[in-house]
Amino acid sequence: MTAAAHTAALALGDDALVLSHRLGEWAGHAPVLEEEVALANIALDLLGQARVLLSMAGDEDELAYLREERAFRNLQLVEQPNGDFAHTLARQLYFSTYQHLLYGQLATGDSVFAPLAGKAVHETAYHRDHAEQWTRRLGDGTEESHRRMQRAATALWQFTGEMFQPVEGVPADWQQLERSWQQSVTEVLTSATLEVPEGPRTGAWKAGAGRQGLHTESFGRMLAEMQHLHRSHPGARW
Amino acid sequence: MVTDTRLEAELRALAGSVPDPELPVLTLADLGVLREVHLTGPGSVEVELTPTYTGCPAVETMSADIERLLHAHGIREVTVRSVLSPPWSTDDISAEGRRKLREFGIAPPRTTRAAGPVAVPLGPTRTGAAGAAHAGAGAGANSAGTDPARTDVGTGLPRSADGSSFPANGSPFPADESLRCPHCDSPRSELLSRFSSTACKALRRCLDCREPFDHFKEL
Repeated sequence: MTAAAHTAALALGDDALVLSHRLGEWAGHAPVLEEEVALANIALDLLGQARVLLSMAGDEDELAYLREERAFRNLQLVEQPNGDFAHTLARQLYFSTYQHLLYGQLATGDSVFAPLAGKAVHETAYHRDHAEQWTRRLGDGTEESHRRMQRAATALWQFTGEMFQPVEGVPADWQQLERSWQQSVTEVLTSATLEVPEGPRTGAWKAGAGRQGLHTESFGRMLAEMQHLHRSHPGARW
Repeated sequence: MVTDTRLEAELRALAGSVPDPELPVLTLADLGVLREVHLTGPGSVEVELTPTYTGCPAVETMSADIERLLHAHGIREVTVRSVLSPPWSTDDISAEGRRKLREFGIAPPRTTRAAGPVAVPLGPTRTGAAGAAHAGAGAGANSAGTDPARTDVGTGLPRSADGSSFPANGSPFPADESLRCPHCDSPRSELLSRFSSTACKALRRCLDCREPFDHFKEL
């Protein structure tokens, strides 16, 4: 595997791993049982993708449990804390739209990622559908749910520009990806009676350098929890 | 070698007879996840399995079960490899498998290569009252089988996996193949959750007999 493909596998694999862990944090806390199950199932899909991608880059367990924060290459978006249900859904909307479109492109190519993308694109279609339907339900729901969904969509907007920085080794048409993403997200937010956020996504005030290993404060705490067992009990097995 | 081919076929049948760990009414052959069985030497076999979902946790149990069964039949060395491409689809479930699923109380997936998620309208919203009249208190109503309900809220169109819309009149599924309650055969049911006891199923409720049931969703 080339160095570029290695970097790329880490970037895509870390996105899936980190978001999987965040979604797993909802277990026991989701607003209704059905959502508890749905979020756990989405997390499981993402974990499966992470295992395939990280195994392409090395030993999956070592990469997941023994790397330091600065060695992770995931987007800052996926490491953002769950917040309320609306925050989790806004994060899902932004990320699953991106991942579905990206895998759609990779699935039709001939890169090392094509087999995984060809499979995962069907799974992420369900994740995207789940997020879009909830965004509409909450945005076009009660005054309270509308207010919260708007707050969440706006709060996470600054992390979305990073998704379209080209990743070396990922043969995607990034401009096309960004156009499709913006069009889709705009359509969903608008149909949910929500304002498309206007804050900066690029430029001096943008957030996001996760692909370069710079992460937000809460990521360290998440990793501490995720890695604690493996580090405390090396080689432990179920 | 001719004898090898025959032995391979026997071993393939054996491996295919292993029950799925999560849906024991189905064998791996019914589920369509067994791809290849090769003899790689005397007493040495390589098996190719494909996961239903990328994160399907049952794959490890399937591998162990295949290894155990083939060992018991005198194969000393069994290697089970997981392959992703071409991706597994619910279309790979055999007709026999579909029948067993229905008998077990799970609505089988409809057959199609094109289908992605089937978007359904949600319950009442502030601006969109359409379709709300028969919406339950749950996640929404979908009188599956009557195609108008299988549409995207925003565009009014069903949408395929690549995000494009299906034709205006277009259900992604053949017209004669509707989703039916496995208990009373009613075509009227509502979606309770897109994800059920496992990622591969959705949870629905029959609008006639009121029984909840799992639907093996199309992938």
